[in-house]
Amino acid sequence: MSTQNPAPSSAGSWNTIPDAIFNKTAYRGIIAIVLAILFWETATRLSFPVIGKIPAPSSVIASMNNLVRDTYYWESWLVSFKRVFLGFIVAQIVGIPLGLLMGIRRYFRDLTFPIIEVMRPIPPLAWVPTAVIFWPTPEMSMTFVTFLGAFFTMVLNILGGVRNIDIRYVRAARSLGSSDRDIFWRIVLPATLPSLFTGMTVGMGITWEVVVAAEMIASRSGLGFLTWKSYVAGDFPAIVIGMISIGVAGYISSSLIRYAGSRLTPWLKVI
Amino acid sequence: MGRNRTDTVQLPATLNSGNRGKPSVGQLRIEEVTKIYSPKGANVLALDHCSLTIEAGEFCVIVGPSGCGKTTLLNAIAGFHDITSGEIYLDDQLLCSGKKNTDPGADRIVVFQQGALFPWYTVLENVIYGPIVQGKTAAAEVKSSAENLLGQMGLAGISHNYPNEISSGMRRRVEIARAMMNDPKILLLDEPFRALDALTKSVMHKYLLDVYDSSQKTIFFITHDLEEAIFLGSRVVVMTTRPGRIKKVIEVDIPRPRDYRVLSSDRYLELKREAIEAVHEEARKAFEAGERELA
Amino acid sequence: MPPINALPKKALPTPNVQISSLGLMSYRLNRWLASSRPYLMLLGLSLFIFAWYLCTEVLKLPRFEKVPGPAVAAKEWFSRDPVYGISIFVPEYYQHILKSVLRVLEAFGLATLLGVPLGLFMGWKKTFKDYSFPILETLRPIPMLAWVPLAILMWPIREAAIIYLTFLAAFFATTLNTLLGVESIDEVYFRAARCLGAKPRHIFFRVVIPGALPFIFTGLQISMGVSWFSLVAGEMLAGEYGLGYLIWNSFIMVQYPIIVIAMVTLGFIGWASSAMIRFVGNLLMKWKVREAAL
Repeated sequence: MSTQNPAPSSAGSWNTIPDAIFNKTAYRGIIAIVLAILFWETATRLSFPVIGKIPAPSSVIASMNNLVRDTYYWESWLVSFKRVFLGFIVAQIVGIPLGLLMGIRRYFRDLTFPIIEVMRPIPPLAWVPTAVIFWPTPEMSMTFVTFLGAFFTMVLNILGGVRNIDIRYVRAARSLGSSDRDIFWRIVLPATLPSLFTGMTVGMGITWEVVVAAEMIASRSGLGFLTWKSYVAGDFPAIVIGMISIGVAGYISSSLIRYAGSRLTPWLKVI
Repeated sequence: MGRNRTDTVQLPATLNSGNRGKPSVGQLRIEEVTKIYSPKGANVLALDHCSLTIEAGEFCVIVGPSGCGKTTLLNAIAGFHDITSGEIYLDDQLLCSGKKNTDPGADRIVVFQQGALFPWYTVLENVIYGPIVQGKTAAAEVKSSAENLLGQMGLAGISHNYPNEISSGMRRRVEIARAMMNDPKILLLDEPFRALDALTKSVMHKYLLDVYDSSQKTIFFITHDLEEAIFLGSRVVVMTTRPGRIKKVIEVDIPRPRDYRVLSSDRYLELKREAIEAVHEEARKAFEAGERELA
Repeated sequence: MPPINALPKKALPTPNVQISSLGLMSYRLNRWLASSRPYLMLLGLSLFIFAWYLCTEVLKLPRFEKVPGPAVAAKEWFSRDPVYGISIFVPEYYQHILKSVLRVLEAFGLATLLGVPLGLFMGWKKTFKDYSFPILETLRPIPMLAWVPLAILMWPIREAAIIYLTFLAAFFATTLNTLLGVESIDEVYFRAARCLGAKPRHIFFRVVIPGALPFIFTGLQISMGVSWFSLVAGEMLAGEYGLGYLIWNSFIMVQYPIIVIAMVTLGFIGWASSAMIRFVGNLLMKWKVREAAL
């Protein structure tokens, strides 16, 4: 007498229709975006005050066609990606051990935390001139500034992650006979992984911000430079394409990290 | 049987049933209620044609293993979910059926398992919440009667504390006070003492019994703890494991007022034996089926 | 059996349940000062500044030759007649600070005014969120500075473009965090409120808003940080006053010590603005402060 097929209940209409395909939320989202694009197009045609100055979707699509065929466009992608990953990876190499050490050893944290807290509010871009003065090549200064952006986020997130580890896990491990090394590699590290990946995801977003800015200010290649150059050259639709490309690139990078994160932390999946 | 009258809960006159004689409101009639959930397409029969009549002023306890549908029934009465078929009447007025659902309201207030005192309001602000949002009286008047109620319920002195600052036992009492402030027709309690330790629990039992004795409210109490059920209830309803059906109704004819001495009386042990027989089989089935609580 | 005189001779003090936040702060401050922590922190900071000084002015290490050292910068900062024209005694310094601060306030204020209600509403009404969230999520990954050229196109006045950029960054952070805040409220509070007879407007003002406040203030702190980030970038690219402009201009004019001064000032003001938000948050969320105390 367990599973007879009942008449549909008065609440909700999910009984008979599969959720995945006819999802109301997805529909509404698509409608919203379509409406927004239509509004954008109308605003340009009718010369609305602010939004009207944005190049029209139609011209953007036309420009897209041309750009996609241009190797220069894809080269810019590569250049930007390289910069982003370089700065990002350096930030991880320096930031992760530092963050972990700060989390575990209190004296070390007390020593280094003020330095970090004092430097953190300074926006990474404010470092550009100093970086240019210091580093021999522009590329290295850009990597440095990119590094700074992601570095602070990483350290802070890891610190938070380590400090939030429930002391009971450590105690349980000790009573099961763990040495200090065991505790570090088998308890602290896995427990910090979620915060690590959150830090990486946020850090990745910041990295892109910084790279784009740095490219606009002080570079002759990359997606940021492409966008700026289009403005200077008067090719306005290309600006929008540049922006969208950067957005997409950033989204891809963050998704990669999020994916890697979810694979490496399978225990976080909620059933 | 000398009892220390100073630590008994005495509700203010408006809530004290002494003024009203035998209770006439709060009769609950549950008729052939069936509830089918369909999470992710699989149809789950949570309640299967349950029928029960709870008289006005009765303390009715529902007992059953995890997943038997007791919370589902409470949610239906409270108005959080609807039911697939059947009817529920409150004082001969249709509360919900397969087609109709009444919104949650102050005539049937729920005291939740994990506690739902608003953490951003003080104890006093929590207690006056109901009358204020119902627009019944101005804040000033309500405050004094709320202080009065808190005093009568042994909670004087914490009115300006936040829920996070007081103990869990006190929090439960404040939540009961908050409910009583609105003079509901029935009080719905969803395993309210589950998270408390045994000693606090026994104090809370006496406390709830005092409130019940004073106010004679209809109480619909859910628990998985048999001893608690028999100690508190006038009737104990045993439910089967999923799909939930009413397996047995046990009349608890131990006289009131009850105190801890009841726990070792012969009648109590007899009833406990009877209940264990009924529940244990269901509990074992539920365990083997690996049931988890549905909403 | 313990000796009788081991028992306390006088009654144990009754715990004072009502603690004022000020009393709490001074208690914690005293304990902090008594521990070794503040001294270690000072030591760390001093070591850092000393290392910087060594590298730039004493040892004159190869890479560091052009980098301004702390002594030079400090001398300039506190001199009455600065070589490059910026010190705490020069009004121009404060003009730059004021300009930046005003810009941030304007952008941040606007972002908060628009973002918080929007986030609250999105969290509260799922239908509304279904329509608006996709648009936000599509625009959000675009780095703030990628907007610069477009912003210059959109706004005829340069100043408006800078504020717009700063506003955008803050707006996304605020809205998202507010949304998260509302969604973090346990369902049970909504149910309890409905049981007690609350109507939708009561639920909005007495459950949604207080419940989301902690996240809102976290979001505001983040959004303040992001505002400064965008503002500096905007000023470096296109401003005529302000700390970001000062940094860039000093770089071009080879007045390097000013860069350090401006950076330190930026850091301090950034920290101060976040601290102020935290302070206001603590005022509004007394229950959190007391909870943290226990």
